[in-house]
Amino acid sequence: MTDTVLDVRNLRVEFPTRHGTLTAVDDISLTIKRGEILGIVGESGAGKSMTGMAILGLLEPPGRIASGSIHLSGDRIDALDDRAMQSIRGRRIGAIFQDPLTSLNPLFRVGDQLVETIRLHTDLTKSQARTRAKDLMREVGIPAVDERIDNYPHQFSGGMRQRIVIALALCAEPELIVADEPTTALDVSIQAQITALLKRLCRDRGTAVMLVTHDMGVIAETADRVAVMYAGRLAELGAVEDVVRRPQHPYTVGLMGSIPSLRKDVAELQMIPGSMPRLNAIPQGCAFNPRCTHAGPKCRRDQPRIDSAGAACWLALEGATA
Amino acid sequence: MNIRPNAILEVDALERRFDVSAPWLNRMIEGKPRRTLRAVDGVDFVIQRGQTLALVGESGCGKSTIAKLVTGLHPPSGGKIRFNGDPDRMQMIFQDPFASLNPRWRVGRIIAEPLRTLRPETPAERVAARVDELLRTVGLAAADGLKFPHEFSGGQRQRISIARALAGEPEFLVCDEPTSALDVSVQAQVLNLMKKLQKDMGLTYLFISHDLSVVRHMADVIAVMYLGRIVEIQPTADLFASPLHPYTRLLLDTIPDLDAPKRDRAPMGGEVPSPVSPPSGCSFHPRCPLAFDRCKRERPERRAQVHERRVACFAAEATSTGETTDT
Repeated sequence: MTDTVLDVRNLRVEFPTRHGTLTAVDDISLTIKRGEILGIVGESGAGKSMTGMAILGLLEPPGRIASGSIHLSGDRIDALDDRAMQSIRGRRIGAIFQDPLTSLNPLFRVGDQLVETIRLHTDLTKSQARTRAKDLMREVGIPAVDERIDNYPHQFSGGMRQRIVIALALCAEPELIVADEPTTALDVSIQAQITALLKRLCRDRGTAVMLVTHDMGVIAETADRVAVMYAGRLAELGAVEDVVRRPQHPYTVGLMGSIPSLRKDVAELQMIPGSMPRLNAIPQGCAFNPRCTHAGPKCRRDQPRIDSAGAACWLALEGATA
Repeated sequence: MNIRPNAILEVDALERRFDVSAPWLNRMIEGKPRRTLRAVDGVDFVIQRGQTLALVGESGCGKSTIAKLVTGLHPPSGGKIRFNGDPDRMQMIFQDPFASLNPRWRVGRIIAEPLRTLRPETPAERVAARVDELLRTVGLAAADGLKFPHEFSGGQRQRISIARALAGEPEFLVCDEPTSALDVSVQAQVLNLMKKLQKDMGLTYLFISHDLSVVRHMADVIAVMYLGRIVEIQPTADLFASPLHPYTRLLLDTIPDLDAPKRDRAPMGGEVPSPVSPPSGCSFHPRCPLAFDRCKRERPERRAQVHERRVACFAAEATSTGETTDT
């Protein structure tokens, strides 16, 4: 049991608006073990970033956790006040975002930013912290650390900046890293370097990683398990090889078929008719049913749910949609 | 080989330089030199009528600059672009469907604009009928012409951009990352539409993308760019079956492959150098596993051995001369 770093139970995130309450994350349960990378994949508006933000305690008001629980290594963290959450962020949960420039202060040398973060979370002296900062920069693969430590963020390339952000996230040796689209702003050859770095850190340090991305290719090469989200709900959750090779949920099947292959020639890409519903117009039953070719009466009536693995689809759950 | 008669676009030794010097006062006081960025540095290719040529490469390789040169949005600094067609029948589709549509115009007016500009004598009812027809062609409803761009999703906006491009009855379309801002399932819809339109109307595409799997799906011929130059140009199937340039191999090795995930790879190090001060000789040599002395000194040219299969690499030349000099 101590092996489970993150345990999310029936998480529900709501946004009260003048026109009613929108449910951005609807009844999501998932766990991440030590040294495991869980991918969260979905299209824009599926709620994947929102799930990450809820775990980090960074939901923008009026967004709030309406029900469910989040445990970090056994400690409940979803009901903490801002002050307590602030001390957990950075110390126990590291965060990596898409754009490294927004995570770094352009006016300070990267070394000073690392030293400040290290000293905030540990009781090292200034010079000890600087030594530690250099070690971290070396660990994330920055060359010529002795010179680079006194450079400003704009003097680094995009890929190098993202490495600095990863070093920042590692300062306090967190149990969990939430990485939200960490490679999306980078070119493919740099993207591969960053995902390899994340994998190595996860393996060597036993950090649990939640990798939020829209890119199924990155998930296939990086994650151990993957959660596919649709309209704020979990559509499918399972081992990466299973979900990529033998998707069960019709949405996952359509999603995989719409990605052009590097090996197979197809005259036409598979299309999912229509588009994902807006949060104020999620259909009754299965959220995917209006776009699904297998939908039956049960799909339009009852919402299929999964707990820790499988596909939230009546066809997969019960073999029938009647 | 009969290449020229059927060519719609011929690009020859195309160059575009940008002046990125510090302001005059700084140069005077701090003694900073003038600096030039060679965004496009001697590029040549030919596009056959009815085909798709794709330019692929990482950010800053010059692929979008070529799109702007071909469409006349930038004047070239050197070289020639020959368009064997009616210049009015060249249109462009841009990456960002949020920035490329006027938010204050109704969709109908946006789509009608090329018609009004290119053929102002067209009677109003003819224009309206054509707009309805175009909306249906790209999979929207005729009634959508009365709406404003903000009422549409990203994929629908890109359909509007395509309808606008089709309004001038183009024969040649320059598409600069047309699906990069879209989700994959929406991307599939737009790519399928573009392929269908090409077949139905005999369109020719210059297709620019950083995504090799999209390019593989769309293109007949692929040109791989690195730091302002085309390092390799081959028909799509050949490029994937036998990539000749080490940079192409690097790209193919690093892109995630859903059918065979490379979970334990050791990615190649290094980054694209600054185009303001590119390395000597072959600009790829600092990252190249095959580089030898000559690569640092001399710039390899793409040898015109076979029109559709050329590579700018001394190492590839040395190993493959036998196989590529004939046919």
